[in-house]
Amino acid sequence: MADVRLTVNGAAREGRCESRKLLVDFLREDLGLTGTHVGCEHGICGACTVLVDGEAARSCLMLAVQADGADITTVEGLMRDGRLHPLQEAFREHHGLQCGFCTPGMLLTALDLLRVNPAPSEDEVREGISAVLCRCTGYHGIVKAVRAAAVALAPKPG
Amino acid sequence: MSERWIGKSVKRVEDFRLLTGRGTFIDDHPPVGNVHHAAIVRSRHAHARILGYDVSKALAADGVVAVITGEDVAKETKPFAVGVTTPVHYYCAATDKARFVGEPVAVVVARDRYLAEDAAELVEVAYEPLPAVIDPEKALEPDAPVLHEKAGTNLAGHRRLVYGDPDRAFREAEVVLRERFRFPKYGSTPIETYGIIARWELDGVCTVWSNFMGPFIMHPLTARVLGLAENKLRFIVPPDIGGSFGIKTSIYPYIALIALASKHAGVPVKWIEDRREHLLASSSGTDRIAYREVAAKTDGTVLGMRFKWLDNVGGYIRSPEPGCSFRPTGNFVGPYRFQHLEVDASVVMTNKSLTGPNRGYACGHLYFETEGMMDRLAEKLGLDPVELRRRNLLRPEQFPYRTPTGGYYDSGDYPATLDKAIGIARYDELRREQAKARAAGRWFGIGVALAVDPSVSNMGYVATALDPQFRAKPEYLPKSGAVDSATIKVDPLGRVTAILGTTPQGQGHQTIVAQIVADELGLTPDDVTVVDEMDTFTRVWSISSGTYSSRFGSVGTSAVALAARKLRAKLVDYAAHLMERPVADVEFRDGAVRPRAGKGPSYSVKDLAGRAHWNTESLPEGMEPGLQATAVFGFTVSKAVDAEDRVNSSNTYGFIAEVMAVEVDRQTAAIRILKYVTVHDAGTIINPMIAEGQIYGGALHGLGGALYEELKYDEDGQFLTGTFMDYLVPTASEAPAEIEIAHVVSPSPLTPLGSKGLGESSSMTVPAVIANAVSDALAPLGLRITELPMTPSSLWHLIRDAQKT
Amino acid sequence: MKPAKFEYHAPSTLDEAIALLVRYGGDAKVLAGGQSLVPLLNFRLARPAALVDLNRIRALAYIRDENGLVRFGAMTRQRTIEFSPVVARRLPLLREATRWVGHLPIRSRGTIGGSIAHADPSAEYPAVLTALDGEVVARGPKGERTLAPAALFETYLTTTLAADEVLTEVRLPAMPEGAGWAFEEFARRHGDFAIVGVAAALWRGGGRVTARLATAGAGPVPRRLSECEQILERDGLGDAAIEAAARRASELVEPDTDLHASADYRRHLAGVLTARALRRARETARG
Ligand SMILES: Cc1cc2nc3c(=O)[nH]c(=O)nc-3n(C[C@H](O)[C@H](O)[C@H](O)COP(=O)(O)OP(=O)(O)OC[C@H]3O[C@@H](n4cnc5c(N)ncnc54)[C@H](O)[C@@H]3O)c2cc1C
Ligand code: FES
Ligand code: FES
Repeated sequence: MADVRLTVNGAAREGRCESRKLLVDFLREDLGLTGTHVGCEHGICGACTVLVDGEAARSCLMLAVQADGADITTVEGLMRDGRLHPLQEAFREHHGLQCGFCTPGMLLTALDLLRVNPAPSEDEVREGISAVLCRCTGYHGIVKAVRAAAVALAPKPG
Repeated sequence: MSERWIGKSVKRVEDFRLLTGRGTFIDDHPPVGNVHHAAIVRSRHAHARILGYDVSKALAADGVVAVITGEDVAKETKPFAVGVTTPVHYYCAATDKARFVGEPVAVVVARDRYLAEDAAELVEVAYEPLPAVIDPEKALEPDAPVLHEKAGTNLAGHRRLVYGDPDRAFREAEVVLRERFRFPKYGSTPIETYGIIARWELDGVCTVWSNFMGPFIMHPLTARVLGLAENKLRFIVPPDIGGSFGIKTSIYPYIALIALASKHAGVPVKWIEDRREHLLASSSGTDRIAYREVAAKTDGTVLGMRFKWLDNVGGYIRSPEPGCSFRPTGNFVGPYRFQHLEVDASVVMTNKSLTGPNRGYACGHLYFETEGMMDRLAEKLGLDPVELRRRNLLRPEQFPYRTPTGGYYDSGDYPATLDKAIGIARYDELRREQAKARAAGRWFGIGVALAVDPSVSNMGYVATALDPQFRAKPEYLPKSGAVDSATIKVDPLGRVTAILGTTPQGQGHQTIVAQIVADELGLTPDDVTVVDEMDTFTRVWSISSGTYSSRFGSVGTSAVALAARKLRAKLVDYAAHLMERPVADVEFRDGAVRPRAGKGPSYSVKDLAGRAHWNTESLPEGMEPGLQATAVFGFTVSKAVDAEDRVNSSNTYGFIAEVMAVEVDRQTAAIRILKYVTVHDAGTIINPMIAEGQIYGGALHGLGGALYEELKYDEDGQFLTGTFMDYLVPTASEAPAEIEIAHVVSPSPLTPLGSKGLGESSSMTVPAVIANAVSDALAPLGLRITELPMTPSSLWHLIRDAQKT
Repeated sequence: MKPAKFEYHAPSTLDEAIALLVRYGGDAKVLAGGQSLVPLLNFRLARPAALVDLNRIRALAYIRDENGLVRFGAMTRQRTIEFSPVVARRLPLLREATRWVGHLPIRSRGTIGGSIAHADPSAEYPAVLTALDGEVVARGPKGERTLAPAALFETYLTTTLAADEVLTEVRLPAMPEGAGWAFEEFARRHGDFAIVGVAAALWRGGGRVTARLATAGAGPVPRRLSECEQILERDGLGDAAIEAAARRASELVEPDTDLHASADYRRHLAGVLTARALRRARETARG
């Protein structure tokens, strides 16, 4: 058993678990953050994607013990002052989700994408979100939402 | 006039919780304490006799509370009822033999999933390996290994259905064409896998939380297997399901298995299927070998067709199979006028995983073959494929139309829909572009596909699998129906709650119901709370309940509209009484009951609610207190299959017309989609945004099956695609960007709102349209696509072989 | 799909890491980015007694550009490489190849050392290492050694690294100023390992052409296409020479059939992609 101390969504959290416990299971089971989903446990589907020290990463391919000292953002941490993040708002506006199961991973992946490329072309958005599988939407609404969010998040001139 | 909400792209109420990580999916659920976790031990053999088990090491392992094996399953459960008369004993786990890789053989229950998996490795099962067979044609050869000794054959069922006089049609034909097709085995791999929590209580009630989607006929079947009265087995479905596409119908055998594990363990047991298990042993469509024949006149008129099918259902035939053959019975002829048809359907068992509904249930297969044949015929006759289809399409004045196979097409204008698709695609221009491209040596192709899109299956179709003589026996109980219910109530302060027993998997039921109720009661969607959590103990339901077969847009919405209308009528009666006017003199308008003419007080819903709840004395004599209404909507066109095997297998029938242009890379054989137009007639569209979302998703499912996804086995039945590195789900980079959607609206006369379903939509047409487009691209080589998926490697081999000859 | 039990160590120095590997005598595994190893653990296809996690060894993550040689600490993340100005300037081929490695969230964690040590024959980095005449440094209890790709890659997923050795550094000679490059890849889906990939670099200097070519996915180890390089160095960069080199490429490779593609198709692709890579490299080359 090992102690894990980390920051999640801005708050200090800690837990104790076996060293083999996957980060995603730790977030869901030990910290009660069930917004992060499990879809494949081998790195392909992206449902478990969270931000680790600001960068999108698969939480099914990290051990909880490896996150000791890390700063994690999960989907639960995207809202500010009770309001949806502009990216979340755009997903709602453009029907970027149906069942919502891929959505947490999709949002965090898109957020990271927009950070490294604030004005992506359609192809770049498609390439970026190809890191996450969605079976409901055919990706159409998601692509539109991410492009709209890029506009909404762009620094206003002047 | 108050605002109309039906027809608007109202933003979804579901989104807020889902976007913030606050949904409630089955794995988020700890509805009870002390939950333990199951790991399932699965067969590594494709076919093997089970000689015995040793669970002692597993039982002694850290944290383990119980281990059950096939022995317990055989002793304490019954086999599931199957849809054929062949004696196939299908239990929730292997009992005598394992018949496919991944079949459950034992379950370990432990404190957590990690420990359960540790102990699962310690369960020892002694096997005697047997030869395996995976090809449906080989499985029917006399020396093939037989999976079920009691059946004595791998043929689970066979029916020859004859409609009209196909022999005469073929005798009189001026052209007869034949072709063999192969359709692959693929699923929909929802990103959320199966999940179950079962609690078997000492009082003999077993409660199961699961992401089961219906049909709830599986509930009584499961109760029977577990030896429980129906009202002692409680199914609860959480509010959020992470996609299904038909696949989660087939979770029910696992429900029985985990319930049994809970009974043994004496604690609530949770099992979340992992991805490997899902690919190995959840559910998929069948792989099919089809022999097709078409009889036609030289002017292109199709006289008749012959279908010969071998559907591979895997190691057992699991209900609702053999729906793979019979679900589309009413629309076997598709959108065409021909009257003579012979269907020779064999349902074959082999050492592959089991099958069941998968988005478009059996229609992807049907149209891949039919539309492929239409193109061959056009080519043979030198006709444009659009023109050939036009010559055979049902005409608008023929609706409602009774098909030769018993289908009752409720409404439609097929030529107009086709014209719209052709117009949007600028078909003639595309053909000119193709001519140029071909001249430049490019492989550029245009495909067309049409489909009748059936929604709301009529339970009765299942009996088509049985012989008419069998169905004629007095003890045989005919089957029919497609029913859903809804309850709407007004609370004392005038707020409205709608309660449903459906099991949405992303289709936005809460939003759509709020729109309908808002329109019927003159409210805004925000005023309506929609509770949509199925619970067999508290909801009004029937065996056909559930969210499958594109039911909601048609039957679910109808129940909601009727319940709202019932409630509205009651409000009108009540208000008329308060106004001391005859009912005929008042009306419900803009959210209040008002006098039809002249001045006078009006009563808003809020007013009426307050009075009705606080002062029952104010109700007219004979009026039931309270403000609620429940409606159960059932289609009267749902009839049992008749003695001539005719059945209206669905209740509403939409129509799809698609055009696709592709280019095949001359060097890599990769397929690029240049244009894709899909036009749908699904009657009244309640929420266009949600409807189009279904189409985008369905189209990508079709594309996955056509190009990427296949559950593959080697000759010995070993499974080859157990990871998402091998089973390829299309990503955003593979999804066609060039997609244009349009609608034609022929309201259904059978539903109060005129709506039909469209949840399966283009999943059934894309395999056909892209195969036709690629065939057209490769026509200069004399090639035609007859097998899916078209991988770059397989296509390159086809091309190379064609170039050699 | 949960890993079997293991002991977990996260040393902060390389010496400690090596000592741990020695202590477990072959039963321990090095954990780098985990993007290949953790899936294997989750499937229980790998079940080491212990994991030696390199992620806390700060000294293993760096990019240094010295004397025409770019040196990468083994724990340098693929994402860092993707956005590194040094790499963009000195090793544009590596940068382009990086975009083909999985997806950004994979590259956030995945390391250059892990990719090379994992030795997937379809992986991009081993092909780049092979094309550019790079080398790797390995350190074990007996000291340090330097290995060329040919001495490192043995067969599918197998290198000549000993169980108690850590790959510590990857060295790539900087591409000359004005060099052209291309990484061409064909995969069934975006982000997948290559069915076939071709790394190409070309430069002119001293009145002659230098070509560097290697494949991924066309055999059990990355394949250097020296004979194709010779054709170009002899005949120049005209279309005919490129076609000849491409034809030779499909003869040289020794691919296998798997679920995604036949050996014949891969052989064919090796030619197609060689030609495409060379044409594009020719376009980007200056001088
Ligand atoms: C969805 C997905 C897509 C991917 N697509 C691609 C792709 O297209 N191309 C591609 O190349 N890769 C791909 N990968 C793999 C990814 O690039 C990995 O990062 C890489 O293969 C391994 O690097 P790692 O740092 O993650 O190593 P790990 O997974 O930690 O280790 C891999 C192996 O190397 C050993 N090892 C690691 N570092 C060292 C060291 N310094 N010394 C000795 N041994 C060491 C480990 O013991 C282990 O056996 C993909 C992965 C995923 C999950
Ligand atoms: S669960 Fe982590 S990538 Fe699928
Ligand atoms: S919305 Fe269902 S998987 Fe993406």
